[in-house]
Amino acid sequence: MKAPVSGADLIARAKAEIEEVQPTEAAAEIESADVTLVDVREQTEFEERHIDGAIHIPRSYLESRFEQFVPDRSRRIILYCASGIRSALAAKTLAEDLGYEDVSSMAGGITLWRDRGLPVVTPRSLTQEQKERYSRHILVPEIGLEGQMKMLDAKVLLLGAGGLGSPSALYLAAAGIGTLGLIDDDVVDASNLQRQVIHNTDRIGVPKTESARLAIEALNPDVDVVEHHGRLDAGNVIELLSDYDVIVDGADNFPTRYLLNDASVRLRKPVVSASILSFDGQLSTFVPYEGPCYRCLYPTPPPPELAPSCGAAGVLGMLPGIMGLLQALEVFKLVTGAGDPLIGRLLLFEALGTEFTELKVKRDPDCPICGPNAPQIADGDLGKFPDYDLFCAG
Amino acid sequence: MPKVKIPPVLRAQTGGESIVEVEGEDVGAVLRGLADAHPGVGGQLFDESGDLNRYVNVYLNDEDVRLLGGLGTAVGGDDTVVILPAMAGGGPTA
Repeated sequence: MKAPVSGADLIARAKAEIEEVQPTEAAAEIESADVTLVDVREQTEFEERHIDGAIHIPRSYLESRFEQFVPDRSRRIILYCASGIRSALAAKTLAEDLGYEDVSSMAGGITLWRDRGLPVVTPRSLTQEQKERYSRHILVPEIGLEGQMKMLDAKVLLLGAGGLGSPSALYLAAAGIGTLGLIDDDVVDASNLQRQVIHNTDRIGVPKTESARLAIEALNPDVDVVEHHGRLDAGNVIELLSDYDVIVDGADNFPTRYLLNDASVRLRKPVVSASILSFDGQLSTFVPYEGPCYRCLYPTPPPPELAPSCGAAGVLGMLPGIMGLLQALEVFKLVTGAGDPLIGRLLLFEALGTEFTELKVKRDPDCPICGPNAPQIADGDLGKFPDYDLFCAG
Repeated sequence: MPKVKIPPVLRAQTGGESIVEVEGEDVGAVLRGLADAHPGVGGQLFDESGDLNRYVNVYLNDEDVRLLGGLGTAVGGDDTVVILPAMAGGGPTA
């Protein structure tokens, strides 16, 4: 049996046996020569900050993984850790046990490197809480960490915190959409609660934007909720839309839908549009100039007798739930780039038969908003056209 | 026989039916047949000169008939004609 040795002695011995380089020397080597820089610290340390270009092999995985990353035994290798101890021990292992011929440990580690004023990178990552919260997204290859980060960076504006807006806002918030803007000028009414699930009985009489914010904040503190308590009009539409990446249209009237369309085409913002009536729903995603716009599909609104509102005609509560969730799904696709959004496709849903029908929608070459010969429209005239006064069915 | 899908706003005129079978060689004949069988539908579909109102979209299966042959587009027995008006409803009140 070997005589016991103190940890300090072991480290001192290792340091005496291996080659050490100073951070400034290492920096010069990294810049000029062909060298593999290896960070041997733990995952969390590496994620916090590391030296640009370093590969990451924690010391605990040295023996099992190093050959995969660096198969060439004659390769020049510089190891670093936080202070130069773990990298010294790792260098000894690589040189003596694994047969690497040209290994150095960087003295003082990344701490001394930074003290010398040398640069590090601080990669973006999720917090431990976020990794846990979004773990079921991150596990899906089509989403992963990258897709989740895109969602956390995304700014989505919901037009309406009602039947469609309630489920989309809840699921977008749960999914970790970083910023959710809510436009609504209404207050919660008892007759809303049969379908507007983001609100509750205690909040009857409370502005819908505030009620929705409370629900979202309780669900996911990652989400920054921006309340726009008021109506969308020609005077504020450009400013409101400018801050967002995607707009979710759950408006309940035609003037707002045309106004939103005209402004979103001008700003080139995608709109996920849904509408519902009794047992029927419609859904499409309008990406300006990539596919048709709302006016390509519906150049003229119907007369009031053909366009009753939900308030007047009634609606099954689950219907806006389904359509609003499909809107949230479209937002997910637009934000992450996964899948095929409903661009140029109109999805019809009929709830009693549980029937989905898909129709093709093409860009209208004569579209007054997104067509090649569309005229310039002043900001104040967005959403208007000659028979504007005739179609107010809201 | 071709089928016609009736939107919610016109179902009062079709006795609540959401699908109606109508004989006809082309889209115009099918829609006129529908209007004959269910008075009240015609006024919503056609303008005074007999053309489709611009606020009503009509699809033959999944294609807009305006991009096919309009009301003259031929219809087969297995085809479905979809009448599709815009709907505004969402959640009050944006």
